[in-house]
Amino acid sequence: MASEHIVVNCTINGEQQVFLANERDSLLEALRDRIGLTGAKEGCNNGNCGACCVNMDGRIVNSCLVMAAECEGSEIRTVEGLASGDQLSPLQNAFLEQAALQCGICTPGFLVAAEALLEQNPDPSEHEIRYWLAGNLCRCTGYDKIIKAVQQAAGQSVV
Amino acid sequence: MQAVKYARAGSVEEAVSLLQDGGDGARPLAGGTDVIVQARERTRDIDLFVDIKHIPEVVGISHGDDGSLTIGAATPCYQIYGDETIAANFPILVDSTSLIGGTAIQGRASLGGNLCNSSPAADGIPSLIVLEAQVEIAGPNGRRTVAVEDFCTAPGRNVLESGEFAVSLHFPAPAEGSGARFLRFIPRNEMDIAVTNAATQLRLDGDGNVTWARVSVGAVAPTPLLVSEAADAIVGQPLSEETIAAAAAASSAAAIPITDMRGSIRQRVHLAGVLTERTIRQAAERAA
Repeated sequence: MASEHIVVNCTINGEQQVFLANERDSLLEALRDRIGLTGAKEGCNNGNCGACCVNMDGRIVNSCLVMAAECEGSEIRTVEGLASGDQLSPLQNAFLEQAALQCGICTPGFLVAAEALLEQNPDPSEHEIRYWLAGNLCRCTGYDKIIKAVQQAAGQSVV
Repeated sequence: MQAVKYARAGSVEEAVSLLQDGGDGARPLAGGTDVIVQARERTRDIDLFVDIKHIPEVVGISHGDDGSLTIGAATPCYQIYGDETIAANFPILVDSTSLIGGTAIQGRASLGGNLCNSSPAADGIPSLIVLEAQVEIAGPNGRRTVAVEDFCTAPGRNVLESGEFAVSLHFPAPAEGSGARFLRFIPRNEMDIAVTNAATQLRLDGDGNVTWARVSVGAVAPTPLLVSEAADAIVGQPLSEETIAAAAAASSAAAIPITDMRGSIRQRVHLAGVLTERTIRQAAERAA
C-alpha cells in the first residue's frame, strides 16, 4: 500500500503552520525534513535516547514516536522556540554557563525536557530532576553538569 | 518506516470498521511507543494505523460511586499517576505507570497499549492481574470482556481477533483492608525493560489474617503469570516468615524463564521469589 502526502495543520512554537508530509513520516521527520526545524535530533529513533524530545500539547514526547499525521490540531514546541530572537532563555544560558554540553546532540532534547519540568515544578529536587530526565541520554558531558544547569535555571545555588 | 497509512477514528464503531477493512496489517494506534517502533523496524507488518485516541470512551479515567475504576485503554500513563483518587485507592497503578519508560514515553504510552503489546516483561500487566482487571473489547461482533490474566497467549500475542481492539480497563473497588504493590528489577534505576517483575494484592482482616491474595510475576514465562500457589501459601493465616518464604518458593517454582541479554534463567527464577517476597511485605504495609 503506497503512502500518500497529507496536509497537517498545527501550531509550532506559537505560529500556525500548514505543512505537507508523507503519511508515513514521524513528527521528527516532518520537523527536520519538511519544515526545516533541525533542532530536534535523531539519536536512536526508537524512544530510548530523548534527543528528539519536543513538547506536544503541554507534555514532552519523543517526536520519533509520534506520527506527523497525529499532530493535526496540536500545539508543538521545539528547542527553536526557547529563545526570544537572539536572547537565550535562562535555561539555555545556564547550560552555557555550566558547560552542560559537549558534542551537543542531546542538548535540544535535554533543554525541551528540562523546560517542561521547570514549568510544572519550578523548584525541583536533584532527585526529581534526575528522574524527569532519565529518558534523555548524554554520552559525552556527563549528567552532573546538566543537573547543575537545571538547578541554576531554577534559581538554586550551584556548587 | 513501512508505507503505513493513518486514519483517525471518531467512534468505537468507526475504529472497528477501519480495523476490519484494514485486515491483518491494521493496528490500533494509542501512544504508539511500541507499534511505531515495530512498524519502523519491521518487526510487525503494519500498513495502517487506526488512531483511537480521539474516541472519548478510549481516553480518560472515571471513578464509580462504589469505588470501582474505569480507565480508557489509550489513557496516557501521566494521567493515571497524576490522578489523586488512583494514587489514594490504586497506588499499585502509580507503581507501574511511573516505571514504564521515561517522562516522554509516559506522556504517550498507555496501560491498554502495554496490555495489547503483550510483552512477557510488560510492567503494567502484573498489576492489572492482581487488581482483577477486566479488559473491555470492541469488535465486529459487538463487545466482550476478558479477564486480564486470560488475555495474553504468547509473547506479542493475545486473544484479540481481527477487527477487535481494547476500549477500556475495569477495576473492582478494593475491598476493605486491601493493599497492593508492584516492583520491577532492572540493573539501573529507571528506563529499562524488566529482568523480572512482580505484583501482589492481598487483604488483611482485623486480626491480621490474610483473607485473600493474588500474586503475579512477569518476564519469567511466555506471558505474565498469575501464581495461585503463591497466594495459597499466605491465605488463611497471618503473614509470617514461613508463609512469605513459601509464597516466594511457589513463584520461583512457577517461573519458566529464558536466558537472554537481560538475565539468565537462574537469576530470573531467583528474582521471581525475591520480588514476590518484597511485594507481599509492601502490599501488607499498604493494607495496614
